[in-house]
Amino acid sequence: MKLFGKGRKLSREDAAFLLVDNLLVLFVFLAVAYPLWYIVVMSFDGDIYNTALRLLPSKFSLNGYKAVFSYSKVWIGYANSLYYMVAGTLINMAVTICAAYPLSRRDIRGRRFFNLLFVFTMYFSGGMIPGYLLVSSLGMIDTTWAMLIPGAMSVYNMIVMRTYFESSIPGELREAASIDGCNNMVFLFRIVLPLSTPILAVIGMFYAVGHWNSYFNALLYLNDGDRYPLQMIIREILVINSVDSSSMSDFDPEVASQMLERMQIMRYSLVVVASLPMLVIFPFVQKYFVKGMMIGAVKG
Amino acid sequence: MQPNKSKFGWFRNNISLYLMLLIPVAYILIFHYYPMYGAQIAFRDYRISRGILNSEWVGMKHFVKFFTRNYKVWRIIGNTLGINLYQLAAGFPLPIVFALLLNYLPGKNWRKVVQTVTYAPYFISVVVIAGMLLQFCSTKNGLFNNIIAALGGTRTDIIGNPKNFWSLYVWSGIWQSLGYGSVIYFSALQSVDPQLHEAAIMDGATLVKRIWHIDLPAILPTVIILLIMRCGQIVNVGYEKTLLLQNDLNLSASEVISTYTYKVGLGGSTNQFSYATAIGLMTSVVNFVLLVAVNAFSKRVSETSLF
Repeated sequence: MKLFGKGRKLSREDAAFLLVDNLLVLFVFLAVAYPLWYIVVMSFDGDIYNTALRLLPSKFSLNGYKAVFSYSKVWIGYANSLYYMVAGTLINMAVTICAAYPLSRRDIRGRRFFNLLFVFTMYFSGGMIPGYLLVSSLGMIDTTWAMLIPGAMSVYNMIVMRTYFESSIPGELREAASIDGCNNMVFLFRIVLPLSTPILAVIGMFYAVGHWNSYFNALLYLNDGDRYPLQMIIREILVINSVDSSSMSDFDPEVASQMLERMQIMRYSLVVVASLPMLVIFPFVQKYFVKGMMIGAVKG
Repeated sequence: MQPNKSKFGWFRNNISLYLMLLIPVAYILIFHYYPMYGAQIAFRDYRISRGILNSEWVGMKHFVKFFTRNYKVWRIIGNTLGINLYQLAAGFPLPIVFALLLNYLPGKNWRKVVQTVTYAPYFISVVVIAGMLLQFCSTKNGLFNNIIAALGGTRTDIIGNPKNFWSLYVWSGIWQSLGYGSVIYFSALQSVDPQLHEAAIMDGATLVKRIWHIDLPAILPTVIILLIMRCGQIVNVGYEKTLLLQNDLNLSASEVISTYTYKVGLGGSTNQFSYATAIGLMTSVVNFVLLVAVNAFSKRVSETSLF
């Protein structure tokens, strides 16, 4: 977009505006970036009780990371979370496509009815307790299924995908394909999905991030620590302040204070370890990201 | 497909579409509509052994109980509305302002850097955010207290003070989603017709005037849609972050309807399923009615509406 007239000098008013603009953006940048940077710095700092503000570690050390990786619960949680994320996202994508594609077809009968059926659940729900009772009566408590099935599809994501199919797959394409004897399934897999990689990437990422970051389903439906996702382990350490001494590989029960010390040391590095996968994935999807958001905003 | 084919012929050719739909429809009926049906236990004294339909019908008993037998009720409602209005007042306009600032920021690379960094917190989990906040608030060596101490103040228990809770909750949310929230406005601004700006420049309009007369009208429909959706959440403060940040000291400011519902329904030693369902149902209904009302109002006034 052209913001400024060519060859014109900025008026004094506009120059002042741009100065203020720059300063405000710089302020926002620092306010967002410094806490993030501080966490990374502290995760490498051997002296976390040193309260001086800093831009670099006061005493470089890897003890935080050593403490995290010698805590076996973190590994179990990591493996569980990876599993929930991969399996959950695959289920999410399959179910979402199964709804989004038929509803993107303008010729399907009952389209309005189905749309209403889905959209209504975005604005009204039976609440937490009836949902819990349902999952419980299905026998899913303390099983992996409780982490995968109750959130098998997000209606919002389905609408975003449907809108994308509607706007980017022309009806003529399907007519031409069907004249050539291409049925719906072949059309979906050979033409629609390959043409929709941007939206599949974005929605897939939304789901994956959602699985990786969620803790509440685990809190509701899992009692068994061996199935806990990473977020539940982090919650124990960072929020409830409890560590399980039996999970520390080289823990010496003689030194009771060692446990508390460990917990303190691993706090910052745990945050880094837990957040890294998402922050690494994001740049790869970022180019599709804005597009996905815009389609979502078009409306339901 | 020929339009003049019989109805039956169309169905036969496209039966696969309905077979596909079967899966999501079954999912939505079981996991979204069945709980709505199950919510009738709000009007019963639910016993697991008896099931939904055989539990005794008690009418409005649990709703009455919430308002009369619960001395904390008004504080809980007050906290819920207070946090929400605070969040709406501070958190809703800021992404719009930020998008406008970014839009006029000279220097594309610098802008890219700012955008990437401000999106990042959105992908951090709520547990980690809460853990970071608790750590920053730590009296002994937390970042916030270190800053206070460096500026010459005294270290205090920040998270334990009820006075701070609303601000911590709202501003940590803004910190997390300012960048992400601005994406949608930013891309709307980028698609404004450049000719409008060129004409305005020829007429000698200042940047502020151009924002006021060109940019804001261009993003207004987006703003309205998002505002309507936000109004459908006004009696709903997410329990996920609140539960994590809550402690006995700040409870007077941090107990909201959703956390209370969780505690009486599932978090305590005795699960009061019906009572908790009644409170949950009430919030769902209020949220839904507000959404529909605001939507109807907007439809009349601005001709923009969600549905």
